[in-house]
Amino acid sequence: MTKKTLFSKIWSALFDNKVVLFFVVLSGLAIWASGQPLSFVVRELFTRFGRNGFVVLSLIIPVVTGMGLNFGIVIGAMSAQVALIFTTHWDLVGIGGFLITIALATPIATILGMLVGLLFNRMKGSEMIGGMVLSYFAEGFYQFFFLFVIGGWIPIVNQKLIISGGIGVLNTVDLTKTIKYALDDVTMQSLLYVLFVAVILVTVLTIIVKRIHKEPIDVFAAIRRIVWVAVLVGISFIPEIGAWMGQKRIPMVELIKYGGLALIVYFVIDGFINLFVAKKEGYRWQKLLKNVIIAVILVGLTYVPTFAEIVQTTNVPVTTYGVIAGLWFFNNALLKTKLGQNMRTVGQNRVVANAAGINVNRTRIIAMIFSTVLASWGQLIYLQNIGTWSTYGSHVQIGLFSIAALLVGGASVQKATSNQAILGILLFHSLFIVAPLAGNTLFGNAMIGEYFRVFISYGVIAVALAMHAWKQSIKPQLRRGMPDVKPLTANSSTALKK
Amino acid sequence: MKQALKKFGLPRIIIVTFFILLLVAAAAYGMDMPSLISDVIRRFGMFGVLTLAMVPSVQAGVGLNFGISMGVVGGLMGGVLAIELRITETLVQNWSGSSNAFLINNGPLLAMWVSILFAIAFGVFVSLFTGYLYGFIMNRVKGSEMTVTTYIGFSMIAFMNIIWTILPMTNGVLIMPNAGEGVRQMISLDDSFREVMSNTLSFKIGNFFFPTGLILFLALSCFLVYLFMRSKTGLAMSAAGANPQFAKASGINVNRMRMTGTVLSTVIASAGILIYSQGLGFMQLYNGPLMIGFNAVAAVLIGGATPKHARISHVLIGTFLFQGILTLGLPVANFMVPGANMSEVIRLIVSNGIILYALTQSGGKRDD
Repeated sequence: MTKKTLFSKIWSALFDNKVVLFFVVLSGLAIWASGQPLSFVVRELFTRFGRNGFVVLSLIIPVVTGMGLNFGIVIGAMSAQVALIFTTHWDLVGIGGFLITIALATPIATILGMLVGLLFNRMKGSEMIGGMVLSYFAEGFYQFFFLFVIGGWIPIVNQKLIISGGIGVLNTVDLTKTIKYALDDVTMQSLLYVLFVAVILVTVLTIIVKRIHKEPIDVFAAIRRIVWVAVLVGISFIPEIGAWMGQKRIPMVELIKYGGLALIVYFVIDGFINLFVAKKEGYRWQKLLKNVIIAVILVGLTYVPTFAEIVQTTNVPVTTYGVIAGLWFFNNALLKTKLGQNMRTVGQNRVVANAAGINVNRTRIIAMIFSTVLASWGQLIYLQNIGTWSTYGSHVQIGLFSIAALLVGGASVQKATSNQAILGILLFHSLFIVAPLAGNTLFGNAMIGEYFRVFISYGVIAVALAMHAWKQSIKPQLRRGMPDVKPLTANSSTALKK
Repeated sequence: MKQALKKFGLPRIIIVTFFILLLVAAAAYGMDMPSLISDVIRRFGMFGVLTLAMVPSVQAGVGLNFGISMGVVGGLMGGVLAIELRITETLVQNWSGSSNAFLINNGPLLAMWVSILFAIAFGVFVSLFTGYLYGFIMNRVKGSEMTVTTYIGFSMIAFMNIIWTILPMTNGVLIMPNAGEGVRQMISLDDSFREVMSNTLSFKIGNFFFPTGLILFLALSCFLVYLFMRSKTGLAMSAAGANPQFAKASGINVNRMRMTGTVLSTVIASAGILIYSQGLGFMQLYNGPLMIGFNAVAAVLIGGATPKHARISHVLIGTFLFQGILTLGLPVANFMVPGANMSEVIRLIVSNGIILYALTQSGGKRDD
């Protein structure tokens, strides 16, 4: 009896994760066929993760809000590039130039995101096809802007940017001397200082806000948070550690080893405080134990020769990864706020949300603004890593590849989490790295692998969309036909009581 | 009056105005109007059949068929096969030896016709299968056909990219110049069926060239579709598309009608791409037809169709305006801003703008 339930449990777990499993097998086969050493694949993979992670994570919010996969992130990428053309022309370099580009791109992306949201509110239910068509539509204006307006109406004289005839931007713009590696090269040390200031600011702000709303303030937790960051900053003043943190890229092996050790120390002390000093009720020591075990395993892994060999050539740009992690936390934190809850409700059922007093259209527009702005930042992270900007091409495929990556991680049109995004990037890009090489060894033609990965990207989206539509037509009362009537009767009583 | 204007729609007013403006501008710049206009007519004839593929799918309730690339690749396969078999060359050779005076005089043109008709027949044959598969999927994704068709069309093109790279062809026109395997990106139709329809029965007055054969073929295709839509099956199909519940109540098999519409649309598209290619003078494989669905959808929408209703007249008006703007836009824009590809910008904005407009008209359900 128990055996059977175990078996069926495993079976259903396998079935639920069929897309992920399929791609694990596919990537594995492709890596094997390409004949490349794992160290190469891992190195490439972590480069690409830093490059694309942010954009893929920017897709989560619209999915939660029920707007499906946001093909409109291309517009975010475009606004980033519009900002970039100006900062490149002004010769703004390094992290300062990068931040100014971000500051310039954000308002553009906000306005465009709002317009996209307004448009999507007029085509509820067809946001995905609408977003795709919209990206092509915007492409027209983008080309018009870059080919005719810049250099034509906006007089820019810059040999590095403008076609020698005088009108229009060059096909490729070299970013090596401006913002290449601007973010990647920011050291862990600088990141810590920024973090320190940010934590203090956030803590003070929360206390003020809570004071105004007359909510209870957890002073103890606030102090503890600041102390932790202060200790980290303090450690970085020890010369050896400071030098290690001051590196532009940190080897992955060391990062895992020392990061793991730091985590163990943190977990143990934090658990000790929670259990014996604060005596927090309902504290789950099992979770603590789990975390410690995971950290110990990570540290232990670095002593395993094969593992160490695989990651030995991989160096991590700490700040970029930190920023991606920040977005991960942001996505998760946002969903716990009131706005995030509203987004969830709107995503589940617009009628119920409306009945519960949520401004559906406004929530949807906010979701689009978030997604577009984040995508524009993501595009800048992508460009600063890659270093050459193909003016008319860098943004074109970003929607396709990001969405395919998200879906490969097991997400669907209606449900996506940040973890799925991360898993998806890793799986999708490991396939991407080796597909041309695998095509070369298997068929003697690298183009086959090249086409195959494009086919996979399109195919996975087609299948995901078809599965989604199929599910909906099996349960037609959910969304179409007599729209939204049944869920209303089922959920409205509980929703209204809230 | 206001009602009529509203029904006509703001985008259409803009497009018609834009077309007229382009005409005026071309005339004002002193361009060669007769040859420009014959270009417009030629491109109208070339693209018409592809746009026509929208009618059955829209009328059957499947909606705008962004995935006509399913049919398009079938037609391209037929074209590739016709070239590989050297139908034109073989027939010309055979006939040049015969004693039949008609065959000797019209041999090349006739052989080209045989070649393209063979290609169309093969394309139709393939598309019957792909269309059936496609319809099978369509009947399972009711309500999201447009999104799904777009991506199925894209995947089909990407899949065919792989196939094109491994096809073992022998004709020098087809294969890559320096590789043994795979078909090339652009295939010249000089030796097979280049402009066969345009040249048939054509006449020339000054610089004005009228492709009689092409226009006749388009008229014939439209007439056939018109006849079909008037037949019992066609009427049942339109009924199923207009109101599925009612059609079901009157004993019409809605799913079967949707299937018929999808297959018909795919089949017409497969013929359409060959007609388009013969007019261009070359076939574009690989990613060439990637966006062709968008163009066809835009054309029929410009003509006044909606995602739920499309008529032959919409096809003709829409294709004429859309292709007219693209054909006129290129020289006029070049005159204004030399050396830049303004026509692509116009195409992107016009075609996608009209699709967006149509989507906002049909969508936007209220939440209360």
